[in-house]
Amino acid sequence: MNQIVEKVLFSEKVAKFVVDAPRIARSRKPGHFVIIRVNEKGERIPLTIAGADPVKGTIDLVVQKMGVSSSKLFELNVGDSILDVVGPLGKATHIHNAGTILACGGGVGVAPMLPIVEAFKKAGSRVISILAARNKDLIILEDEIRKWSDEVIVMTDDGSYGTKGLVTAGAEAVILREKVDECIAIGPAVMMKFTSLLTKKYQIPTQASLNAIMVDGTGMCGACRVSVGGHTLFTCIDGPEFDAHQIDFDELIMRLGGYSAEEMVANERYLKLN
Amino acid sequence: MSTDKEYLRIEREKEWRTELRKKIAAKDRTAMIRVRMPEMDPSIRIRYQDREVNIGLVATQAQSEAARCLDCVNPTCIEGCPVSINIPKFVKYIEAGSFLEAAKTLKETSALPAVCGRVCPQEKQCEASCFYTLKLKKEPVAIGHLERFAADYERESGFMSVPEVAPSNGIKVAAIGSGPASLSFAGDMIKLGYDVTVFEALHEIGGVLKYGIPEFRLPNKIVDVELDNLQQMGVKFIRNFIVGKTASFEDLKAEGFEAFFVASGAGLPRFMNIPGENYNGILSSNEYLTRVNLMNANKDEFDTPVIKGKNVAVIGGGNTAMDSVRTAKRLGAERAIIIYRRSRAEMPARVEEVHHAEEEGIEFLNLANPVEYFADEKGKVNRMRVQRMVLGEPDASGRRRPVVQEGSEYDIPVDLVVVAVGVSPNPLIPSEVKALKVSKWGTIEVNEETMQSSIPELFAGGDIVRGGATVILAMGDGRKAAASMDQYLKEKRK
Repeated sequence: MNQIVEKVLFSEKVAKFVVDAPRIARSRKPGHFVIIRVNEKGERIPLTIAGADPVKGTIDLVVQKMGVSSSKLFELNVGDSILDVVGPLGKATHIHNAGTILACGGGVGVAPMLPIVEAFKKAGSRVISILAARNKDLIILEDEIRKWSDEVIVMTDDGSYGTKGLVTAGAEAVILREKVDECIAIGPAVMMKFTSLLTKKYQIPTQASLNAIMVDGTGMCGACRVSVGGHTLFTCIDGPEFDAHQIDFDELIMRLGGYSAEEMVANERYLKLN
Repeated sequence: MSTDKEYLRIEREKEWRTELRKKIAAKDRTAMIRVRMPEMDPSIRIRYQDREVNIGLVATQAQSEAARCLDCVNPTCIEGCPVSINIPKFVKYIEAGSFLEAAKTLKETSALPAVCGRVCPQEKQCEASCFYTLKLKKEPVAIGHLERFAADYERESGFMSVPEVAPSNGIKVAAIGSGPASLSFAGDMIKLGYDVTVFEALHEIGGVLKYGIPEFRLPNKIVDVELDNLQQMGVKFIRNFIVGKTASFEDLKAEGFEAFFVASGAGLPRFMNIPGENYNGILSSNEYLTRVNLMNANKDEFDTPVIKGKNVAVIGGGNTAMDSVRTAKRLGAERAIIIYRRSRAEMPARVEEVHHAEEEGIEFLNLANPVEYFADEKGKVNRMRVQRMVLGEPDASGRRRPVVQEGSEYDIPVDLVVVAVGVSPNPLIPSEVKALKVSKWGTIEVNEETMQSSIPELFAGGDIVRGGATVILAMGDGRKAAASMDQYLKEKRK
């Protein structure tokens, strides 16, 4: 049982949960994720760790309300517990002085990007962060990202905040302006796909952090398989970060819909009951 | 307890055994017909994922089957048992009607008798080395059915015996993974007085017994009772804990653990790397079975989804393939097909499982191999292409090698494909412990006698060493590792 010690609403559909998990808080590194199960009937879902406090023994999880499982988690408040939290899982980000690194975060993808940006900054890199979302309400963790970035560019689809346009427009402006050594993209699969296409054009090495469907998260089920450079790899143990230019994003997007019919039925049932 | 000849002799010479032997003449015993395990009707059982196919023997059936056993001077059956159960002793206790004593005998060496009585391939082990099989060329004593009977009788009697445990020696040891190898190890170590903690990555204890083997073959409540027994003996279980990730071996050593038994299993499912294999609706047997067995995805009130296919193909011919295809049938498949590249004779699945599958209306497409999958516009599989095979010369495994029959391809409509062509060892531990010697297949290399790895305080067993075997072989490894770890820790203290 892992108690929720803090819940911060970023918007109607996005919240940060600070969860008691002392072991994980000590052992996690940027890029790691956990698998949680809200209650006895819940499913196991992967969530990237957005931060940790090893002294207090807590980890931060940022969740967007989408289907049944995220909605159930969203219902929980301070003092409630998440039944199971296991991790840290996956391979940690390779942190180094990257020269100039362009960090592109889309939607809640900004949450797992935060510890990575912090680590790259601490390793001596020059960090330019782009925060992108549909609208102003969905831009999260801006102050925290600013703290570890040399520059922050905000992009919204509707222009309600920052510059109007997609993440790629912001990224290309930076690339045309100065030399970018590396790029990292975390967010919706479509956003990562187009960021990757852009950086490929400019031959900038790019890592993308994938959020695939998983059951166990330890290599056992193979639900999270992804084609990278023509090979089938498992997101849980080989990733979650991969060379973005090698990822078959179209297959990834197709696979993310693997249970959409079943999920729709479950969601309707859930909405009826609540 | 061991197969020590002297111990077996003393037990056999006990008055009650001698008397019992005299009661029925050997020729009358051998004239008796082997009992048939009562089964639930196939047309009923395919509607329930959680109802056992084998119903179990009643006391009179068990006693008369036990009477067939000749209580041999040289009980070869024990040599066929990886955990060295004193088979004649427990069988004779059944014949004598002392069912609780029979159960106690099982627990001298086996941590999971009710499990083994259900899922062990006895026909390849104890029953294969039974005097009836070897010398009389008759059907062996139904040792497996009797084992299950004794364990079930004890559980249902409410008089569960907890095996004796030596006084605590305060030495902390850890088992990694909570499948059969670990549980067997934990049972032996706790009996020797060690402070045993079992670490499990999932939220449930039991490993493959819980996530892999379906309830129609092994009900979860049976596993839970055996786990409860270990807990009562003092074994500690920690869930949601990945050794090497949640905490390192060094962390655990700092917390006082002196030795480790790694039994993290064959976690990694194999695929065939053929075109279209990553389409939706094509999944590993691990994923399919875990969704149903561990996550209860077949029940509406649970959140985990599972694809309920109408035309289901399961690739492979092992027990996991049978478990998957029979699960698909129970989840409503109209056609559930096994696609296997060799013939029935080479199938690694237990004969009983294949037979049960046939009774349940499973189709067998033998000597066929998938070559490509096709999908609809959303990427959901809707068709597969198979090619016919013929059997050629025997290969390294001694089985005849399947050879492609050119130009024999044809298509089958499918909406769910479960790939059950084997597993590779879980790479988590080897990748976290750099100094650990692993084979080119990724299995941990151990001394086969001691189960000790290249790191002295680290022992290993089960599928992480074998790369995909059976529950009982894993349990045998657990026992061996316990005995040699005990030796190792004693030497260290000298």
